[in-house]
Amino acid sequence: MQTEDFSIDEIHSELRQRAGDCGAIVSFVGLVREFDEDASIQSMTLEHYPGMTEKALADIADKASQRWSLGGISIIHRVGTLAAGDQIVVVATASAHRRDAFEAAEFIMDYLKTDAPFWKKERTSQGERWVEQRHSDLSSTERWHK
Amino acid sequence: MSDQVSVLYFASLREQLGCDREDLQLTDELSTLEDVQRHLAERQGSWQVVFGGSANILSAVNQQMARADTAIKAGDEVAFFPPVTGG
Repeated sequence: MQTEDFSIDEIHSELRQRAGDCGAIVSFVGLVREFDEDASIQSMTLEHYPGMTEKALADIADKASQRWSLGGISIIHRVGTLAAGDQIVVVATASAHRRDAFEAAEFIMDYLKTDAPFWKKERTSQGERWVEQRHSDLSSTERWHK
Repeated sequence: MSDQVSVLYFASLREQLGCDREDLQLTDELSTLEDVQRHLAERQGSWQVVFGGSANILSAVNQQMARADTAIKAGDEVAFFPPVTGG
């Protein structure tokens, strides 16, 4: 968790070193969109639950490690006020073969969206509003229960 | 102090209630998350709207997601918040 921006290059290098002999690194970066529904977004504020958010992310990473063979995982999520186009989150996974890294990265993002205590508030041209959870996010996580 | 729990509120709930945390005295009638929620709904105004209505509220005990029937004890940290929207 951090308020400042992150460098995908540094995260990539750090994970590459830490993971040792891995054949694949997959990274996902989430960005603040310029439009949501039909309003243009001026800024977005991310709130979290200090303590619980860290535990929830560690728990999600543990679940991914049990399910796939991974050499390492990096998760960074920003909090505070961000502008349109800013980076919000990065999830990077390293593994011997690409499938494990691809699937684990998607699994971590899906769980992060439904289980980690973060809340977005958008400042748009039409005023401020709390973002509502999407049903499609819940069904994305549910498909991993199989 | 000894028989209290901390209760935390986040995001839209915190704004609606105008409160980010408080201490609650535990009693015999206040021993599960559901009891706490019912107790809060008995207050007037936005408390009744938030906790007495049909809003989807998530809860945690000691920083772990918890169901309504979860028992609470003195010293626990209880939290209520809306569905999460990170990522």
